[in-house]
Amino acid sequence: MSRFYGVELTNRLMLGTAQYPSPVILADAVKRSGVEVVTVSLRRESGTEKSGQDFWRMIRDLGVRVLPNTAGCHSVKEAVTTAHMAREIFNTRWIKLEVIGEEDTLQPNVFELVEAARILSDDGFQVFPYTTEDLVVTGRLLDAGCEVIMPWGAPIGSGQGLNNVTGLKTLRAHFPDVPLVVDAGIGLPSQAAQSMELGFDAVLLNTAVARAGDPALMAEAFSRAIKAGKQAYEAGAMEPRDMAAPSTPVMGKAFLS
Amino acid sequence: MHITLNGEAIEITAQTLFDALVELGYGDMAVATAVNGRFVPITLRSTTNLKPGDTLEVLAPMQGG
Repeated sequence: MSRFYGVELTNRLMLGTAQYPSPVILADAVKRSGVEVVTVSLRRESGTEKSGQDFWRMIRDLGVRVLPNTAGCHSVKEAVTTAHMAREIFNTRWIKLEVIGEEDTLQPNVFELVEAARILSDDGFQVFPYTTEDLVVTGRLLDAGCEVIMPWGAPIGSGQGLNNVTGLKTLRAHFPDVPLVVDAGIGLPSQAAQSMELGFDAVLLNTAVARAGDPALMAEAFSRAIKAGKQAYEAGAMEPRDMAAPSTPVMGKAFLS
Repeated sequence: MHITLNGEAIEITAQTLFDALVELGYGDMAVATAVNGRFVPITLRSTTNLKPGDTLEVLAPMQGG
């Protein structure tokens, strides 16, 4: 059983809370899928509208663990400051660390990411860094104190699935004992299952559920696919082969021609 | 005094961050604060004095991916 900073998860789907048609539908998706971790963020609050307070009350009522993010941050300073604000409000050491470096792909700025991860780890945070599948960067993030790594599957919100399967397999093989969470770019349950079949420890996604015709049903589908993928990995897959091999025994076949 | 709250110019009479939050309607809300880009923890709000031209950010929980 892999652990995420000492926390064991029965359900290995981590679900984002943005872009749902309504708060009620978000709550339904969380309940129906049985997720144990949801991501949340921080944004400017009006002293009169108080929309963030209602959202926070709903999340607390769901009884799930929250993983605050630093979404939208483009520098070490922004990300570190946001992380401190998140720790105070959400009362958790967990932080999903995002430092965006490129607008079209929302690719992480891995240089600033490593620096921010080091600062936050030294300050007692338990950092979940959103990164690429780069081996060297992952090594630096581990050196910085990260105990969980979150490589992207594809650009955030793209729904493309795993764009670099070979790179992700290499990452898994290179760091066999590090909890790895595929984060971002997943569009279908089959892609989430594929992630787990490759040996990843969890999948974090948002848009694929929130933008589905029936988000709660899709959340359940993802949850089941992730469980199936994990079981398949543990069961051990057969080796593919180029030529056919009859599965039904030839021995004992009647001679009828 | 004139300060900037979440990107908008406003006028307040409070002198400390704690009093400003009460004056601006944030009294008992779950918010986190930063003044001039620096995080100010809840324990330091009452001893953090604001001055004209300060930039105040008040953030609250929000949906995120």
